[in-house]
Amino acid sequence: MAEPEKQTSAAPNRAGMKKELPEHFKAYKHVWVVIECEHGQVHPVSYELLGEGRKLASKRGVELAGVILGSDKEVISAAAIDAFEYGADLVYTVTDPALAHYRNEAYTKAMTDLVNTYKPEILLLGATTLGRDLAGSVATALLTGLTADCTELAIDDEGSLAATRPTFGGSLLCTILTLNYRPQMATVRPRVLPAPVRQAGRRGRIVEHPLGLLEDDIVTKIVKFIADRDSNKAQLAYADIVVAGGLGLRSAENFQLVKSLAEVLDAEYGGSRPLVQKGWMTSDRQIGQTGKTIRPKLYIAAGISGAIQHRVGVEGADMIVAINTDPNAPIFDFAHVGIVADAIRLLPALTEAFRKHLSVNRLAG
Amino acid sequence: MIEERFDAIVVGAGPSGNAAAYTMAKQGLKVLQLERGEYPGSKNVQGAILYANALEKLIPDFRDDAPLERHIIEQRLWTMDDTSYVGMHYRSDDFNEERPNRYTIIRAQFDKWFSRKVREAGVTLICETTVKELLRDSHGKVIGVKTDRSGGAILADVVILGEGVNGIVGQRSGLRAELKPESVALAVKEMHFLPREVIESRFNLKGNEGVVIEAMGTITAGMTGTGFLYTNQESISVGIGCIVSDFAENGTTPYGLLESFKNHPSIKPLLANSECKEYAAHLIPEGGYNAIPELFGDGWIVVGDAGQFVNAVHREGSNLAMTTGRIAGETVVWLKRRRDELSKANLAEYKRRLDATFVMQDLKKYKKIPDFLHGNKQVFGLYPRLVNAAAQTWFRVDGADKRTKEKEILKSFRKGRTLPGLIGDAFKLARAWR
Amino acid sequence: MHIVVCIKQVPDSAQIRVHPVTNTIMRQGVPTIINPYDLFALEEAMRWRDKAGGEVTVLTMGPAMAEDSLRKALSFGADRAVLLTDRYFAGSDTLATSFALAAALRKIGEEFGAPLMVFTGKQTIDGDTAQVGPGIAKRLKLNQLTYVARIVELDPERGNITVERRAEGGVQVLSTRLPVLITMLEGANEMRRGSLEDALRAARAEIVTWSAADAGISDLTKCGLRGSPTIVKKVFAPPPRAEKAYQIETSGRSMEALADSVMREIFKRQPSLESELMRFSAGQ
Repeated sequence: MAEPEKQTSAAPNRAGMKKELPEHFKAYKHVWVVIECEHGQVHPVSYELLGEGRKLASKRGVELAGVILGSDKEVISAAAIDAFEYGADLVYTVTDPALAHYRNEAYTKAMTDLVNTYKPEILLLGATTLGRDLAGSVATALLTGLTADCTELAIDDEGSLAATRPTFGGSLLCTILTLNYRPQMATVRPRVLPAPVRQAGRRGRIVEHPLGLLEDDIVTKIVKFIADRDSNKAQLAYADIVVAGGLGLRSAENFQLVKSLAEVLDAEYGGSRPLVQKGWMTSDRQIGQTGKTIRPKLYIAAGISGAIQHRVGVEGADMIVAINTDPNAPIFDFAHVGIVADAIRLLPALTEAFRKHLSVNRLAG
Repeated sequence: MIEERFDAIVVGAGPSGNAAAYTMAKQGLKVLQLERGEYPGSKNVQGAILYANALEKLIPDFRDDAPLERHIIEQRLWTMDDTSYVGMHYRSDDFNEERPNRYTIIRAQFDKWFSRKVREAGVTLICETTVKELLRDSHGKVIGVKTDRSGGAILADVVILGEGVNGIVGQRSGLRAELKPESVALAVKEMHFLPREVIESRFNLKGNEGVVIEAMGTITAGMTGTGFLYTNQESISVGIGCIVSDFAENGTTPYGLLESFKNHPSIKPLLANSECKEYAAHLIPEGGYNAIPELFGDGWIVVGDAGQFVNAVHREGSNLAMTTGRIAGETVVWLKRRRDELSKANLAEYKRRLDATFVMQDLKKYKKIPDFLHGNKQVFGLYPRLVNAAAQTWFRVDGADKRTKEKEILKSFRKGRTLPGLIGDAFKLARAWR
Repeated sequence: MHIVVCIKQVPDSAQIRVHPVTNTIMRQGVPTIINPYDLFALEEAMRWRDKAGGEVTVLTMGPAMAEDSLRKALSFGADRAVLLTDRYFAGSDTLATSFALAAALRKIGEEFGAPLMVFTGKQTIDGDTAQVGPGIAKRLKLNQLTYVARIVELDPERGNITVERRAEGGVQVLSTRLPVLITMLEGANEMRRGSLEDALRAARAEIVTWSAADAGISDLTKCGLRGSPTIVKKVFAPPPRAEKAYQIETSGRSMEALADSVMREIFKRQPSLESELMRFSAGQ
C-alpha cells in the first residue's frame, strides 16, 4: 500500500504522474471475485464480494466472474450456482486433486494462469488467512497493485477501481488507485460489505481451465488439518447483538460488566484493540479494522472512544449505542444513541434493567 | 560478572546523568550509562524550561541542532484567587538576543537530542536496564553495579547516581533515607495543542518568542504548591503541583486541582479551543538544602534530583541537574588525571566545587523556605485573597475617594491577619528569604 | 544456519495511556517502535538459532532513524543488523518494498551466506496489509508459510520444515523444503530479555548500512514512488454523519432511571429486537 506523504485532506500533488494505461493492459476487462471454498463450504465473504463486484461490474459495463479452485466437482458446481445467484455472469473453475486443500504454490499458479489467460481488470479476494496468503503472492507474481483491507470499493470517473481504507494509524481514510497496472487487486475483510441479495435461478457460463501442475511439482505438502473445537469461540461476525468495552472500563475486572450485559442479551461480547494489548481480552474478540468487522442489529459500545480503526469495524451496525464520559468522544459522531455517563456504573444498571424487563414480561406472558 | 571495566558508570539518562556522562566521555574516559526507561526521557517529566547558561557550559553550540520551542521574552508571576490574579510581568526585547537565555522545550524531543550528543561523545548507553544495587568491596567501597539483566555485574572506578527523585539504588544501598512526603511535590501537567498563529496572537508574540506564567495562590486549595503555563511552538504546557504530605492531608487529587486551574477565568481563555494530547505526572524534590542527602562516598557521587537539587522558589531544577552532573564529571576527570583514588576524601572536591556555584549558594539562601511555607499556609490562601481584593478595590472607580480606598485596603489586611500577624509574617519571610 | 528477520519501525499507536478524567487516549513522546508482530518472528528465529546453531541477521528498510529499531533487535540477541536506506525508497508501496527487501536479501546471501529461513511478522500495525512477506517469498522463490503458529520440526541438514499454520476453522500442518519465508503469528512465543552482554554489544554494534546501489539495485524505476503500482489519490477524514448521536438526558438522574431510558430507546428504535429477546428469555 502506498504511504501517503502528507497528512492533509487535499490530494497529494500527483500532477504529471502519467495516467495512461499501457497498451497491453487496455484489453483487460471484467471484474473477478475469488470464491473461497475450503472444506466444502463457501466462505460468506465471497458472497459479500460478489454483491459488491456486481455493482462495480455494472458500473463498468462489464461482466462479473467468480473464480473457484478446488478438487471436488460437486462442491465446485454448487459454489458456481451460488456465484451465479449472487450476480456472477460467468465462473472460471480449475478442478484438480492438487487443489483439494489450499496451498500457496498451487493456488498462486492457478490464479496467475487464469489472469494471464483471461485478463480481468479487477480482482477481489476476501481478507481471510487464505486470501491474504494468496493475494500477496499473486500480486507480486503479476507485478501489480494490491490494496488490503478495504472498507469501500468504487469505480471512479475514469473507470478505475478506487479502494478506500484507513491510514495513519487509523485516524484518517485514504483512497488508493492502481493506475498503470492490471489487474487492480483488492482484499476486503468479512462483514465489511453487506450480505447481497440472492436471485434464485439465475445462471451463467462456466469456463474450465486446467491447473498445469502435477502434485509432484508442488513442494509443500499438507500433513493434516486439525479443526478447531467450537467451545467458547467468538461468533462476533454474525451476531445480532454485540456488547463491547474499551479503555473507559479502566480495569480488567470491569470487563466482566460487559460480559454480564451480553449474557442477559444473549449477545456476543468483545472490545477494542487496546484491551488485547493490555491483556484484558483475547485477540479473537477484538472488534475493529484489524479485528472483527461486525454488522449486528444492536451494538453497545461502553467506554470506547470511537477512533476510526474501531469505527470501520462497527459502522455497518443497524443501531450503535455509545456510553462514554467524554461528550466530545468521536464515537458520538457515528453512534445512533449516546449517553454521556460512566460505563462502569451504567453497565450494571443496564444489565439489571434488561434482566428485570425481560423476566417481568416473560412472567406476564 | 562481565569482563569489561569502565572508568565510570552513570545511572540515569536524564539531564544530570547526561551532563556527567558527556563531560567525562569528552575527556576521554570510558563511560557506561544505564537508563531504566525504554529510551532516554521516557521516565522524565518537566514543565519544561531549558536554561541556556547551564547547557552552554556543556555544549556551547547547542542551538545549532537542539530541538527548542520558544525563547522566553516574558515572565509572568501571578498571585491568584478564585476569580482574579495580581501579576507581575517582565517582558523585554533584550531577551531577543543572539543567544537567548531561556527556552521552553519538550522533554521527549530534547532528551532524545541530548542523549544523541552523549553517545556521539563516546558514551555507551544501555536502556531498559535498571540498576538494582551497588557493588562494594570488602572495605565498603563502591566498585560497580548490579543490574536487572542477566550476566552479572559491571565494574567501574566510580558510580554517578543520576537516578532522579525516586531512585531506588541510593535508598537500597543505604546512601539515603526514604523520601519524606514533606520534601517532595507531586505535579501533573498536560500539553494542549494550538496552532502557532493562535498562540502568537493570544500571547502577543512573533516568531519563536515565548511566555512563561508561574502562578500561586488559591489555585492550590491552601496547599503549598504552584501552577504554570508555558508556551511551546504549537502547544501549551500547563500544570500544577503540591507537596505530597499536603495532598495526603487535604484529600484533593492532583488531577482535580489541574482541572480547576484550567477552568480559572484567567487561564481558561488561554487554552480555549486547544486539543489536550498529553498528560503526565511526576515527583519534584522540594526539601531544599536541609533535605540534601549525602552526596558522595567511596566510589560514588549523587547528582540531579537524586540529590534534591531543586530551587523550589525559582522553580529551577534542570539547570541544577546539568550543573551538578557536569561538576561531578569534572571532579572525576580531575582526580583521574592526578591518578588519585576516587575515595570519599578525594570526592569531597565535588562538594567543594558545588559550594562555589549558584547551586549550593541558592539552596543555602532558601533553606528556610520549605519550613516557612509549611508553617505559613496563609501564603496560599489568605494573602492571595487579600492582595486580589485590594487590587480590585484600588482599581475599581466607584465614586469612593482614594484615601478611603487606602484605608479600606489596610483595614482588610489588619482584619485578615492582625497587625502583629502581618509584621510577624514580614519578618519570617525576610529571614527565610535571606 | 543463517536466518534473516525482516522488521519494520512503525509509529507507536500502541503506547497508549488514558487521561484520568476524560478517558481520552494520550501518547507520551516517543514516535516509533519495532512493529510488535515482528518480535514474535525475531524470538522464533533466535530460538532456532540457539537450537541448531547459526546466526540471526535483522534487516529493515527505512529512514536513517530505523537504526534505533535495529539496535533494539540486537539488544535482544540478534547477531547482525542491516539497514537498507535510500531516498529512492520513499513512497514505496508493498510491491516496491518487497522488491527492495528481496534485493537486500540476495545481497545478504552473497555477503553473509544464503538464509535458510526468512521471517517476518504477521503484518505491521501501521500498514496491516501482510503483503510484503508473500512478495519477498515470490521474488526469491522461497516456499511461503504464513500465519505460522508453531514450527513443529526443522531439519537444516535435510532441508525440511514442518509447521502448524492457522487457517479458517482450524490448523493446517504443512511440510515443505527449505529455504522458506515464514510470517509468524502473534502469541507464538515471548521475547526474551537480552543479557548485559547483548545490551552492550548492541550499543556498540556497527549497523551495516546499504543504499539502493549497495544492495545491488540497478533498476531504480522499481523502487519508491515510481515502482509502486498503487498510488494514494486522496487522504481524508471520515465524513461526519448527518446527525450526531441522539443524546439521552443524564443530568440529575439515577443510574437506574438512565438505564431504563436507554433500554426504552433501544426497543423504541428496534421493536423486533424486543420480541426476539423475549423469546430468548422465555426459553431460559
